[in-house]
Amino acid sequence: MKKFRHLFELRENISKRAYIWLGAGFIFLLLVLWQTVTGLGLIRPLFLPPPSAIFTEAVRQIQEGILYVDASSSIYRIVMGWGFATLFAVPIGFLMGNFKFFEGLFEPFIDIVRYMPVVALIPLTILWAGIGDFQKFLILFIGTFFQQVLMIMDNVKQVPKNLIRVGQTLGLSRFEILRSVVLPASMPGIWDTFRITMGWTWTYLVVAELVAADNGLGRRIMDAQRYLATETIIFGILFIGLLGLITDYFFKITGNFLFSWTKGR
Amino acid sequence: MSKPIAIDSVSKSFATKEGSLLVLDKFSLNVAPGEFVSVIGSSGCGKSTLLKIVGGLLPATSGTITVNDNIIDRPGLDRGFVFQSYSLFEWLTVKKNILFALKKSRLSGKEKESLTLQFIEEVGLKGFENAYPQELSGGMKQRVAIARALVYKPEILLMDEPFGALDAQTRGMMQELLLRVWEKHKTTVLFITHDVEEAILLSDRVIVMSSRPGRIKLERSVTISRPRNYETTTSNDFVAIKRELLESIRQETMQTPGLL
Ligand SMILES: Nc1ncnc2c1ncn2[C@@H]1O[C@H](COP(=O)(O)OP(=O)(O)OP(=O)(O)O)[C@@H](O)[C@H]1O
Ligand SMILES: [Mg+2]
Repeated sequence: MKKFRHLFELRENISKRAYIWLGAGFIFLLLVLWQTVTGLGLIRPLFLPPPSAIFTEAVRQIQEGILYVDASSSIYRIVMGWGFATLFAVPIGFLMGNFKFFEGLFEPFIDIVRYMPVVALIPLTILWAGIGDFQKFLILFIGTFFQQVLMIMDNVKQVPKNLIRVGQTLGLSRFEILRSVVLPASMPGIWDTFRITMGWTWTYLVVAELVAADNGLGRRIMDAQRYLATETIIFGILFIGLLGLITDYFFKITGNFLFSWTKGR
Repeated sequence: MSKPIAIDSVSKSFATKEGSLLVLDKFSLNVAPGEFVSVIGSSGCGKSTLLKIVGGLLPATSGTITVNDNIIDRPGLDRGFVFQSYSLFEWLTVKKNILFALKKSRLSGKEKESLTLQFIEEVGLKGFENAYPQELSGGMKQRVAIARALVYKPEILLMDEPFGALDAQTRGMMQELLLRVWEKHKTTVLFITHDVEEAILLSDRVIVMSSRPGRIKLERSVTISRPRNYETTTSNDFVAIKRELLESIRQETMQTPGLL
């Protein structure tokens, strides 16, 4: 075992290759286990179909174009819902983080809304806006904005006061300090907030689509339950997971690229 | 004679949960042009507060501060500031950090560039122009901060324990560097430190502050000839002054309830 000792040093890095192989290997192991259990007939396909059936389902959905339609309408909702929430959350959160005036003005209201369960708002939004795209935007907006704005406020408050003081001693105006000091200093944190809230938006979308929708990835899962098409359900879940992973990586990679100066942190 | 810095019976109190906390009590101090004055005192006695008020970053509760006969109520480019903690713009390279300080300057782009490079060289950071703060050691970061505070040629440099976080060796190098730069630019310096030796080595005059509320406990001029360097610290004059200052600080700590 001496040979592997270096893989278990406390808090030390291991080689990048080993790191990637570990993650991939673990997933592969789970797949093998899954295939074995289902292949031996230990679990009925109604409850858990074999991986091969999921794969076949994936191919079918791609070939028939179902996946494309579902995914594009879900992604459209995400982009709009999250996009609008972000469009408002960034300036408002930024103001709240910098000016006690705006924090005092908005925080009590935001706190109240934030604790209202988004899922419980679904019936109300359906009443207001039907079950179309607009209702989805509304749910995603409410679910995302009120969390995001507070997180952005926090990101802004993380900027050390001394950095602002440096700006003051250099004769900059308030506006110049906000633009040239606070904004760049808080951007990496805000970017991370984007990444995290995007994950929540996905969750809210699926919930909203499960309850009522004409189409979309969540709706497909709901339908499949009615027909006991377990492989469709499982594929749907895995696919949403995959999309989430991709967006997560997107923010991580763009973040590393945009804020390369944080590397040593 | 003009007085670059005249602090005239400045008091400062903060509102806290336990009521009003008096931090500075009628503090007065004059600094002559080109003079290097250090302020030492125990932690929490109000040194940073004093410097922030002089910097125009904090209003005094009462009393006035004038810089060249102008009353101070805000920061200005006549005063450069180096903070206790590293306060560089981490998203900017060394060069851009220093250039940033020239935002308000009327110089041409080319002049700004050459001035920046000159100061990078003066603080010994040549070759690191394009490094980011994350890649620098503590001493190098503080050198950037010093260059940034000097590049726009303020008459007065305010420094709040700039070398407090550095190891002894780096500290010594930074002190010599600061002296070199100061002698060259003839800046008036108000310098805050915990370190008695540092204060003596650098200063024309050392002020010992009492514990809170901060007043002047002792004022001692240091006439040891310049240029000074590390060897100065073992000279008889130096040791005598050090003994005097340490004694004064010791008395102050003994008198302060709760500190021992
Ligand atoms: N904004 C503030 N509100 C309330 N109290 C404050 C504030 N700023 C400073 N103080 C208090 O004033 C006193 C002096 O603070 P100051 O930072 O000037 O001390 P200092 O002499 O610089 O100490 P150190 O050597 O540790 O840096 C401390 O007791 C501190 O708690
Ligand atoms: Mg201090």
